[in-house]
Amino acid sequence: MQDLTMQLRDTARSLLRDGKVGLVIGYEHGSVLLRTKPCFVRNADDTDRLVWSPLCENNIASYLLSIKGRTAVFVKGCDARALLCAISEGQIRREDVTIVAMPCEGVLDRRKLAERLQGRQISGGTVQDGKVTVVGQGFSESYPLSELLPVGCVHCTHRTAPVFDIRIGDAAPEIEAIDDYADVKAFEALSPDEKRAYFRQELASCIRCFACRQACPLCYCVECFVDQTQPTWYHKTGDLSDTLLYHVVRALHLAGRCVGCGACSRACPMGIDLTVLNRRLLRDVQELYNYVSGLDPEAAPLLSAASPDDPQEFIK
Amino acid sequence: MDAKVITKEKLVELLDQFIRDYEVLAPVRQGDAVVFGQIQRGSDAALDVKRTTMSPKGAFFPQEEVLFIFDGVEAQVPTESGARVLFGVRPCDGRSLTVLDKVFDTAEYPTVYYGNQRERTFVVGVGCNQPPDTCFCTALGGEPFGKAGLDVLLSDLGDRYLVEALTEKGERLLEDSALLQDASEEDIKEGKILAREAREKLNVDLHIEELKAKLGGMFEDPIWAEISMSCLGCGACTYVCPTCHCFDIVDELVEVGGNSGRRVRVWDSCQYPLFTHHASGHNPRPSHRERMRQRIMHKFSYYVNNFGVIACVGCARCLTGCPVNLDIREVLLTLAER
Repeated sequence: MQDLTMQLRDTARSLLRDGKVGLVIGYEHGSVLLRTKPCFVRNADDTDRLVWSPLCENNIASYLLSIKGRTAVFVKGCDARALLCAISEGQIRREDVTIVAMPCEGVLDRRKLAERLQGRQISGGTVQDGKVTVVGQGFSESYPLSELLPVGCVHCTHRTAPVFDIRIGDAAPEIEAIDDYADVKAFEALSPDEKRAYFRQELASCIRCFACRQACPLCYCVECFVDQTQPTWYHKTGDLSDTLLYHVVRALHLAGRCVGCGACSRACPMGIDLTVLNRRLLRDVQELYNYVSGLDPEAAPLLSAASPDDPQEFIK
Repeated sequence: MDAKVITKEKLVELLDQFIRDYEVLAPVRQGDAVVFGQIQRGSDAALDVKRTTMSPKGAFFPQEEVLFIFDGVEAQVPTESGARVLFGVRPCDGRSLTVLDKVFDTAEYPTVYYGNQRERTFVVGVGCNQPPDTCFCTALGGEPFGKAGLDVLLSDLGDRYLVEALTEKGERLLEDSALLQDASEEDIKEGKILAREAREKLNVDLHIEELKAKLGGMFEDPIWAEISMSCLGCGACTYVCPTCHCFDIVDELVEVGGNSGRRVRVWDSCQYPLFTHHASGHNPRPSHRERMRQRIMHKFSYYVNNFGVIACVGCARCLTGCPVNLDIREVLLTLAER
């Protein structure tokens, strides 16, 4: 990992020094334990701030939607796919972006770690060589990173950017096990009442801060429907039906586009996890259209293209 | 009232006693989050939680509050009545109430809704023996065992709590309880040592005085573009903040075109583009740069100018709740060092 960080810094330095890009976006150490944060570097002398580790949890593709000028991004597979999807949708120009592919072994799911910690406070923590090590008052524990990955990382099929300009390190070994969507199947098996209860419980803590929307690189509508006032689609008061409407519409709007990076659930300050909604759509898109989003910046977006071979079963 | 002590088991009974007489709000788990919610049993209070995900401000300034219900020209103001106990408030959050009072509970412009909630609530605080390392109340004049805004302060002495009534209201809340015993000299001394040790642990200096002196002149500083670069533009920081209090007012009709419905005050956030979006289409705060500047200026400059206090109590929720770990401590230091 150390080695990758060094290579990353070298690459960033030469890209900036040679004037190939004016800005580099990557990650730097965060201000709290076991966090990194997005890092913006314009000066070749500042590239030592950049780091690489399984703590690089944000999807930094979202910044490219508003940044002008040639920019290099150091991306995980999912960041790259979101970026490629945005390129295919005409939101970002391919020639403006230098994609630097990093090998990703998955990111740490802080919630899963919290479950292991059971409320114990930590005073130190590292992630290295596939191991998460934490220390606190009177304890020091180590867990395999593979047990503390979010569901999207567990089933990730593109750990390295599918399209890139520069690759650092070897491509991360791909996971061969086929995603069985067990979580989605379990959800589908619920009765309507149970599903309603599930949403009621998950959304009880939603504070409508829209961190999930803002963290998503593919949620880029100039005006989100919840912000429209004439007409008002979404009431600002906290009725569960409105909250649910927002989350369901957001999920549907990402059908055929979502890359399953999980940035939305990691962004939630209240710990709400609606990944199952997005994963349900991921599976449908895959099964019905054999389509995986964010692999080809030239391809037409799934829902903008029609083919005679498209499934017609819905026509009775 | 002299200081009292109560054993930890008895504290649960004390809560049960309160529940018989009052509505009691305390930290409760809600999924992965911890919020202040009504409890039915003393044992439901999650008192081991060092920092609740949401601050208790919603008990006084709810995310959604009906101002009045109207039917044609007839309007009815709903009133909340009956005393209640807000239990397990950390001293930073207690102090945040004194900050909110400056806006919502002034002699000149009292807000009936907020004022009523303040009036009917006993605020029982719990000091922080081990403040999380992200906390910075001491940099802003607060303390892990601070008393501002609280009616009662509990200090965790291991197997028992030291209980101090801080106001006349606090004395009223505790006066008849047989569960409390007089505190010994030793208990009081132990409480003082705890408070001192906790304060010393939080040795954070954010150069606030320097910042206050110069912030007013930094409106056009190019640094705002730099420090707001990673901001995603969500409102998480403002919603988890115990002192942020911007709101919107909306009318909701029972049916489209009808004339009966309700007028509701809802939380809003200066971090949203819609917050300052004019009807003309113009937006004076078009990007993260202006919005973050507003948030920092409001807390550390405008509020100081208007009310003489900083509108930040150092609870650190904004930096732990931020999806991109945008840390207000670093922002303040960067600004102070300019």
